Amino acid sequence: MKKVLANKEIDVNEEGYLLDFTQWNKEVGNSLAEECDIVLTPRHWEFIEYIHDKYNKEEPLSIRGIKKSGEFDVKEFYALFPGGPLKKATLIAGIPKPKSCI
Amino acid sequence: MATKVRKMLFILSKATIENAYAAFIMANGARMEGIESEIFFTFFGLEVIQKKKLAHLHVATVGNPAMHIPTMLGGLPGMEAMATKMMKKEMEKLDMPPIGEFLEILSDSGCKLWGCKLAVDMFHLERKDLIDELDGILTIGDFYNRADQEGCQLVFI
Repeated sequence: MKKVLANKEIDVNEEGYLLDFTQWNKEVGNSLAEECDIVLTPRHWEFIEYIHDKYNKEEPLSIRGIKKSGEFDVKEFYALFPGGPLKKATLIAGIPKPKSCI
Repeated sequence: MATKVRKMLFILSKATIENAYAAFIMANGARMEGIESEIFFTFFGLEVIQKKKLAHLHVATVGNPAMHIPTMLGGLPGMEAMATKMMKKEMEKLDMPPIGEFLEILSDSGCKLWGCKLAVDMFHLERKDLIDELDGILTIGDFYNRADQEGCQLVFI
């Protein structure tokens, strides 16, 4: 379905995840974050960059991966993206929701 | 959030590796969905939070038809260790953390970890025998009181 975000028409699925990453930009990211009641700080953006890096390398995202990254820790990740951090962070980053149980 | 589940409360009473992982994956999965979760370790489940024992949990090879090992063979020395080694290898392939690391992840994720008072007394354990991440030692009544809102589910493993 179509949705207007940051003055741009975007294709999203029924859960609100972008269907086409090329439609994503930082303004879209900010609008998506607003909808999740999250105000993005520079630290949030560092997480989003990390997520994009993983996505580009086609490496699966997981909570354990965050812990092993050495740059971030799990506690901080949960604090920055309350209410399901991987789910929220990928939604804001404009990539598909991870299909992972761990 | 569409789900009506707000908090998952697990009672882990066994120390076989498959039961420990069942509790951990469900508790962690809840946190990943923004659902609160807590685990109450009781009876043999206490082995999972004992510093000296948690790295040495085994899969049970006897009395488990799904292992497809005849019971007589499952009881032979070394069988449990071998089956456990194989299972751990498969888990590592799926990037499942070992027990100790999983407990750290759960604690960092906001999952509360509790020891059962009666079982701690029965096995003559002290606080220092248990992992540092433990949130406390409770009676079962205290644990029931943690189910303090609508949408709580209690699961016994």
